[in-house]
Amino acid sequence: MEHFKNPRNMGEIPDADGVGTVGNPVCGDVMAIYIKVKDNRIADIKFKTFGCGAAVATSSMVTELAKGKTLEQAMKITRADVADELGGLPPIKMHCSNLAADGLHAAIEDYYKKQKVKGMKK
Amino acid sequence: MNNLSEDEGTTSSKRIYMDYTAGKPVDPRVVEAMLPYMETMYGNPSSVHSFGQEAKQATEEARTKIAELVNAEKKNSIIFTSGATESNNMAIKGFAYRNKDRGTHIITSSIEHMSVMNPCKYLSTRGFKVSFLPVDQYGFVNLETLEKELTDETILVSVMYANGEIGIIQAIKEISRIVHDKKAVLHVDATAAVGQIPIDVKAEGIDLLTISSNDIYGPKGVGALYIKQGARVEPTIHGGGQEQGLRSGTENLPGIVGFGKAAEIAKKEVQTESERLTRLRDRFIKGLTEPIPYAFLNGHPVERLPNNVAVRYSFIEGESMLLSLDMMGVAASSGSACTAKTLEPSHVLRAIGLKHEEAHGSLLFTLGKQNTEEEVDYVIGIMPDIVKRLRAMSPLTSKELKE
Repeated sequence: MEHFKNPRNMGEIPDADGVGTVGNPVCGDVMAIYIKVKDNRIADIKFKTFGCGAAVATSSMVTELAKGKTLEQAMKITRADVADELGGLPPIKMHCSNLAADGLHAAIEDYYKKQKVKGMKK
Repeated sequence: MNNLSEDEGTTSSKRIYMDYTAGKPVDPRVVEAMLPYMETMYGNPSSVHSFGQEAKQATEEARTKIAELVNAEKKNSIIFTSGATESNNMAIKGFAYRNKDRGTHIITSSIEHMSVMNPCKYLSTRGFKVSFLPVDQYGFVNLETLEKELTDETILVSVMYANGEIGIIQAIKEISRIVHDKKAVLHVDATAAVGQIPIDVKAEGIDLLTISSNDIYGPKGVGALYIKQGARVEPTIHGGGQEQGLRSGTENLPGIVGFGKAAEIAKKEVQTESERLTRLRDRFIKGLTEPIPYAFLNGHPVERLPNNVAVRYSFIEGESMLLSLDMMGVAASSGSACTAKTLEPSHVLRAIGLKHEEAHGSLLFTLGKQNTEEEVDYVIGIMPDIVKRLRAMSPLTSKELKE
């Protein structure tokens, strides 16, 4: 509830190094996670969410968990970690925590992809 | 960012209930009428002794009051049930099974309550053919399609009087004319409408009518089915043969007495209360849509239940709005409470043509006896900030709106 009332890291990073968008409006949840990477660590992370209270809270929580972590550590954050940190979620809302973790992983993968492209250009 | 400050949070002492369609308080006059039937007049209406006789008399008085509320030709046309869900099941399954020799086709609309939808779907696995009529953008059943769908095989048409989720009131008289032209029988689920709109089963040509007690400020757990003389249904609950053999089980005496009292009050007060609610409703709809961009009304502006305020806001999601409102002490709904167990958007909102994301952005306020203009104005006052905050959070918010 606290993470719904006062979500952390809400917003966009215009020059993000990686962006992960997951979910679709059909199921009622869309999440976008933006990351800024420095020295292989997540220096800044922000999210935007269209969804229920649990979706907002899990996005907020995943950004808190990932902030300052190395990319490898962040990749290891699981769906269960997000739900556990929030003190558990009702079964019908578990897909929200799945979405949050997936969003984070998608943002990191996007970062790797962009790095590869940059590398090739060099 | 537009955070809700701590002092406005869950500690808010103001509590405003605007979810009357999900559940209503029992009128204190009803509670008073019920009490003796729990403490001192606890007899069984089937018993011969004086305890049984007074219970029987109370049951029959309640039956008369309910018959009067909907202008039924006689009190014995009213069968007590455990509520609207049972009445709908009895009307649809009971009628279908009893009349299957005459035909096996049933027609209903695509915005019915689950207690009509699911019995119809069940019958379609038991040898019946069911057609679901489409509705237009407001929720009106398409009368031409109804006419086309009716065949010699059609035995029953079930259309709700009004929809609690989008407020639409159907043209029952017209529907009845079309149905009866083809010699079919009309069932009307009036759960959301009774007590808000005067209903006359004779003048409107209704053969079977579902009535709920709690929806007219009576106790929960009791309802009725009006069955026109000549329309035959099969019992769905078998046992001791109460309720003319159509609904066995010892009568829920306090519930029935309370239901009767609620019907008596509803008949007297329906006119003034629905005028009051209509004024509040229109003020509320205006205040929730006009000051906020990309805000829309679900359902029809005029052919609408007096207590129904159903709006939707683009780019944001219903449950987040509900939680935000709850923190400010306001209880609303995002659709039918009966569908809240699934994550799918409501079939009603989909049927009126809303896209998934639009349906998810819907918000439903249903007003009742205890709501005041002051409460309506309070919600109108807090809504813009709630919408703004959630839109700032949403990845779907359009660029035009941000600028």
